[in-house]
Amino acid sequence: MKFLKRLLVAVVIGLVLYALNLAMSKEGLFGIGVPLYQVDLWKLAGINVILAVSLNLINGFTGQFSIGHVGFMAVGAYSSTFMTVYYTQGLEQSLAGAVGAGVAAAIVFLLVIIVGAIAAAIAGLIVGIPTLRLRGDYLAIATLGFAEIIRIVIVNTNRIGAATGFRGAVDPWPGRVTIPAYTNFLWIGIFDVVTIVIIYNIVNSDTGRALISIREDELAAQAMGVNTTRYKVTAFVISAALAGVAGALYGHWRLPHPADFTFVRSFEIIIMIVLGGMGSITGAVLGALVITFLPELLRQLPGEVYNYRLVIYAALLILIMITRPQGMLGGREIGFNWLKRAQRRPEGDTAVGADKGVPIAERDAPTADHAKEVENR
Amino acid sequence: MSGSTEQNASRRTQAESILTEAAHTARSQEVTDTSGAVLRTDKCTIRFGGLIAVNSLDMAVREGEIYGLIGPNGAGKTTVFNLLTGVYEPTEGEIYFQGKRIDSLRPHQIARRGVSRTFQNIRLFPGMTVLENVLTACHIHSRQSLADAVFRTPRFERDEREQREFCLELLKIFGLERFQNEGGTSLPYGNQRRLEIVRALATRPKLLLLDEPAAGMNPAEQEDLIELIRLVRDRFGLTILLVEHNMKVVMGICERIQVLDYGKPIALGLPEEIRNNPKVIEAYLGD
Repeated sequence: MKFLKRLLVAVVIGLVLYALNLAMSKEGLFGIGVPLYQVDLWKLAGINVILAVSLNLINGFTGQFSIGHVGFMAVGAYSSTFMTVYYTQGLEQSLAGAVGAGVAAAIVFLLVIIVGAIAAAIAGLIVGIPTLRLRGDYLAIATLGFAEIIRIVIVNTNRIGAATGFRGAVDPWPGRVTIPAYTNFLWIGIFDVVTIVIIYNIVNSDTGRALISIREDELAAQAMGVNTTRYKVTAFVISAALAGVAGALYGHWRLPHPADFTFVRSFEIIIMIVLGGMGSITGAVLGALVITFLPELLRQLPGEVYNYRLVIYAALLILIMITRPQGMLGGREIGFNWLKRAQRRPEGDTAVGADKGVPIAERDAPTADHAKEVENR
Repeated sequence: MSGSTEQNASRRTQAESILTEAAHTARSQEVTDTSGAVLRTDKCTIRFGGLIAVNSLDMAVREGEIYGLIGPNGAGKTTVFNLLTGVYEPTEGEIYFQGKRIDSLRPHQIARRGVSRTFQNIRLFPGMTVLENVLTACHIHSRQSLADAVFRTPRFERDEREQREFCLELLKIFGLERFQNEGGTSLPYGNQRRLEIVRALATRPKLLLLDEPAAGMNPAEQEDLIELIRLVRDRFGLTILLVEHNMKVVMGICERIQVLDYGKPIALGLPEEIRNNPKVIEAYLGD
């Protein structure tokens, strides 16, 4: 029953995404077409959602401050495009004969996305084990350093295009010349949903409670039996893998370039989750959307004011942070449960702090027995 | 006549004194007997730079007893707790729990062995509800894997349900179940202390360490606490080690008491012995 319900929800979401994707394609849906500029914005927003929601697992829920998220995205982008440029062409051709070109491309793309995720996860593990012993600012600096190292390695590796960006096979390699443009809005949308579901399910589980306990009080978490180092690394690896997925989607759409993966991008992702509310999944989604669309909306400003749009953008961010320092949602979630709870609230409030001074001996039978026993002594 | 009576009397007093002395040594041997100890430290010492915080501490806590560790401010009581729970590693000496050495283990490993604790300055998880605080402590006994959680398998659902029931039952015993959805740190002080004990119990420990459980409590709350600690020991068959400042609480529940001063153990005995021990009085009141 539960399974059927979930399947139904998945099918509905899939159909909606499929329709949106059609509307965003060249053909359009029932004559409705989305301008290319807006299509690109929605794609970017979708990728940002994956990045923000996954980073939130480390920064928001586990309370560790990482500013190297873009490094994992770069690993995902370059490892997956490396595969499609150099290795998967033959596979795709042989599959195309059996199942058709479209399905073959989908299978290959899914494979290379998984490659990107695994590569980023391994990078997360390698970085996580030594650096997660560090706390606070020190961890932040170490992760920043890691992301820069990745970028410098890319800039100096000719096989993946070095400083000019990766467009296709570098001579003398026979085969595919350019990175195939697999990514469309359907893929991005599906992985948005997958990311949100994975993070939501982790946060609302034993693992999630362990992660949040690390954020709330590391010493107490240890005393309750939580292996804090192991859980920090786990959060790091999961988060890195999802950033790798975002990178793979990005790489097969925009063609990866080292300039896309500077620390500025990392800060952008952090701004998304701080703005949306650390430790809130819906907050991260909201933050990603605002940070993607706000600067573009400001382009609509008329005349002279247009020139000051970036100043206005910065001022708006400052204004939001002054009025809502905990972020727009501040650790809360918006969803069906939230609506339900909002309805229930009035009766729940009356029970709060009604009394406290009743001696424990009067509350429970075994205690009362014991109290008598004490008196008899 | 009168001389012989006097002799008799003196003989009797002599015999009496011999007898009481024998009884006393037997009892003091019993008091200091270390066999059958569930927790034992052997010449445990820790130095922070030049400061010796705990100096050659020998301690043996027996199964099922309530053991008190007292001493003036700065005597090293909380440091002992931190040694026992793996927050610090002793510079010298050994710590055994149930016959196995635990002094080089990390805190979460010691918690897994069955040692749980509360903190002097309450350390509940602030962003969590009362129920979540307790659920988090069930971590050790959780049977769900990460994959179970991601795919919401039947095993995950079953494990969550069982843990929730267990925690609610615990909260009920301590009269906190109606606060289950409140923020843990928004409870009144006495209930926060109580919740911390519930959280410690949710790890299903064999030994419970209570760090100044009566700190900041009024006399009525202290009475409650004494009852609570007894209840915990009797109902869950625990051994309890308690650090406390409040003499009323210590004398009220501890079965044996050890006194620390400047990191050195200076006395060990039954509550009435400790109460009258000149060394202890000196340590507390000064010369």
